[in-house]
Amino acid sequence: MFSEKFLADFRQSFIEGDRWLLYVKGIGVTLQVAAVALLLGIVLGVLVAVIRTLHDQQRPGHRNPVMGILNTIAQVYTTVIRGTPLMVQLLIMYFVIFVNTRNAIGVAMLTFGINSGAYVAEIIRGGIMSVDIGQMEAARSLGLSYIPAMRFIVIPQAVKNILPALGNELIALLKDTSLVTVIGVRDLTKTAQLIQGKTYQALFPFVGIAIVYLLMVMIIAALIGVVERRLAASDRR
Amino acid sequence: MIVVKGLRKSFGDNEVLCGIDEHIYKGEKVVVIGPSGSGKSTFLRCLNMLEYPTGGDLIFDGVSMTDPKSHIDMMRRKMGMVFQHFNLFNNLTILNNMTLAPVQLKIRTRQEAEKDAMELLDRVGLADKAAAYPSQLSGGQKQRIAIVRALAMHPEVMLFDEPTSALDPEMVGEVLDVMKKLAQEGMTMVVVTHEMGFAREVGSRVLFMDGGKITEQGTPQELFNHPKNPRTQDFLSKVL
Repeated sequence: MFSEKFLADFRQSFIEGDRWLLYVKGIGVTLQVAAVALLLGIVLGVLVAVIRTLHDQQRPGHRNPVMGILNTIAQVYTTVIRGTPLMVQLLIMYFVIFVNTRNAIGVAMLTFGINSGAYVAEIIRGGIMSVDIGQMEAARSLGLSYIPAMRFIVIPQAVKNILPALGNELIALLKDTSLVTVIGVRDLTKTAQLIQGKTYQALFPFVGIAIVYLLMVMIIAALIGVVERRLAASDRR
Repeated sequence: MIVVKGLRKSFGDNEVLCGIDEHIYKGEKVVVIGPSGSGKSTFLRCLNMLEYPTGGDLIFDGVSMTDPKSHIDMMRRKMGMVFQHFNLFNNLTILNNMTLAPVQLKIRTRQEAEKDAMELLDRVGLADKAAAYPSQLSGGQKQRIAIVRALAMHPEVMLFDEPTSALDPEMVGEVLDVMKKLAQEGMTMVVVTHEMGFAREVGSRVLFMDGGKITEQGTPQELFNHPKNPRTQDFLSKVL
């Protein structure tokens, strides 16, 4: 009796009318938004982190005014983005700034990328600062200039230090993409909501997508673990 | 080779170097000694501008280093530096530690740089460590690598910042041996150290620093056997 109803609900939620295809499409949208946002976030994050570190590492008395302006912009950016809710940012971007576009996915990618950038910037800045100052000094003492010293010595070591935190950020980003439902993007969460509206089934769609999110996060965590072990080659003792 | 003129350095309100005038000639082995906080390390770090002087001037091979127009990276190529804490590049193998700068600065091709590096490693008995990472080496081995890494740039002068202070006592000897060999080959050296035996044996001139000034200097015999300044006498009576 009970199991029959259970099976019927399951069929209705996933199989009838090939509804599982909608979920797959939803996963595609979720991953797309997360991936583009991650890329944008890393680009912005590195840029902001480098500006802020460069600014802080200038010799006292030899400050460059351009760096001062860039640094202020970077600071305002991180303060505003970290200080306001992501959902509010999404609503402002879609209904105020890009009110004339119907490309909700594009707006979502941009918003999540900008948001992620602020967090990634602080993670990277922390990573750069965590590398012993002696590494930079040794590189400079050999005649390497600032940029190659950063590129070959400091950044690779910083990346290794920040990988766990960066993985966290990626996982948070992936889950936060469920907020795109508020601007009508048909991601995985929106798909479940639509199916719930049609079938009056809540259990299977929502628990179902919860499991899908969980699986995606577990896969990402495993991938990060692999990269971490790769980078740990120079730690062999 | 290096002329120091009225060198001053302060950190905030704290003046660490209060006007130093000094001349380091080619082939000299200058040993800098003195109590901690006397400014020895800061003086050495100013010589290749890792610390930016707040006053005075440094002239290397006839070119002012503090002049904003002079190319400090080019000058540093000719000045090797060895640090108290080794500062080997943790993310690179020993061989890559040594070849990074010569190859990136396009001084040598990778092949030439590797051949050169292997010869240098051979000289300090560590050729078998070429593929190892710094974390796999002992302190003494790291410091010997740090010395040959600096030598891989074929510098004109070598600066040593307390190279044996972070080592276990039994490893001090192997590092000092490398430095002695280098001295015999005629390298110009400036060494900040607490190893008085090394200063006596290798130094061609010993500088005693106190309170941000060079308060006494002379040959090792003069300075160690007949110190004139009471502060020097006091310091030496405690460390010898």
